[in-house]
Amino acid sequence: MEIQVMEDILGRNDQIAAENQQLLASKGVFALNLLGSPGSGKTSLLEKTMARLKQKFSLAVIEGDLFTSKDADRIAIHGVPVIQINTSGGCHLDAQMVREVLGQLDLEALDLLIIENVGNLVCPAEFNVGEDEKAVVLSITEGDDKPLKYPLVFKESAAAVLNKTDLLPYTNFDLAAAGADIRAIHPGIEVLEVSCSQDKGLEAWIDWLCQRVDAKKTGGERA
Amino acid sequence: MHEMAIAQGVLDIALDYAQRNEATRISCVSLLLGEMSGVETSSLEFCFAALTKGTIAESARLLFHRCPLVARCRSCGREGRVLPGSFFCPDCRQGALEIISGREMQVEYLEVD
Repeated sequence: MEIQVMEDILGRNDQIAAENQQLLASKGVFALNLLGSPGSGKTSLLEKTMARLKQKFSLAVIEGDLFTSKDADRIAIHGVPVIQINTSGGCHLDAQMVREVLGQLDLEALDLLIIENVGNLVCPAEFNVGEDEKAVVLSITEGDDKPLKYPLVFKESAAAVLNKTDLLPYTNFDLAAAGADIRAIHPGIEVLEVSCSQDKGLEAWIDWLCQRVDAKKTGGERA
Repeated sequence: MHEMAIAQGVLDIALDYAQRNEATRISCVSLLLGEMSGVETSSLEFCFAALTKGTIAESARLLFHRCPLVARCRSCGREGRVLPGSFFCPDCRQGALEIISGREMQVEYLEVD
C-alpha cells in the first residue's frame, strides 16, 4: 500500500522554532542566531557587543558548543547570563535544544538574546531555532571564495560581518569581491567590516543590532 | 552529522504515517530533495539504516526524487533552470536570482504492508 505524505522533513523543527519565536516575541525579546566557521570570531564579536550593550539592554547568551564550556566561560566574565548547550558532537543547534533552555532565562526582563551556534558554515543555516534574524561572521583568513562556496548561510543571514580586517594586508582577500558575492547571493544583506581585536568598525554592527532590539521591544510592549 | 538529523526527521514522519495507517512494515520511503537542499544521499542512507534498526522501517529502502533548481532573475525576469552554485542570471549576467524551487526536503510517500 502506498501512503501519500508530502511533509517537510524539518517541519517539526520549524514548528518548534515558530513556538520559540512566538514566546520571545510575546516578551519583546529580539533573538539573534549567530553563525560562522570555527575561529571566525563569533565569541570575540559577542564579547565586544556585550561590552557596548550590557548597560543599555538586558542581554543573555545561549552558547552552542560541541563539548566544552570555553566560550560560555568567556561570556560569563562579562556578567551576562549565559546558558551552555553541549551538542555532544552534533554540528548545529536545533529548535528543541533552545526550547529546553529558554525556561532558565528571565524572559520578562530580557531585551536581547544572542544564540551563538556551533562553528559551521553548513548545517546551522538549515535549522531555525526561533530567532528573528541570523547573522554570519566570516573572517578574512578564511578566504574571499567562501560566500560562493557556502551560499545558503549568506542567503539566510540578514547581516554578514567580515571580521579580522586588520589582517587584510597579509592575505589575498579581496574585500570588494567578497562584498559583491555576498550581495549577489542575498540582495539587501547588511555587510559590515570589523576588526574585533583592533576594536574597529564595530559601531555600524552595534547600530544594526540596536535598531532591531528597539523595534522588537516596542512591538513586544504593544502585543 | 547534519544527515543524522535529517534521517531522524524522515524516520519520525514515516513511523507516524505508518502507525496512523496501521501498517506493520515500511518497505520504501520516497523523498523529494531539491538540488540545493545540500543533502548527501549516501550519508543519509547510512544514517537512516542505523536509526531504523529494531523499528518497522528496518528494511525500508530510500528513494530519492531530485527537484531541479529553478530561479527567477530580479533584473530581466528570466525564469528557468540554473546550475546549483550559480547566483547570476545566465541571460543578463547580473541581477540576483530568486529561488522558485530546488530547496525542497520532503517525505513524498511511503510503501507499507
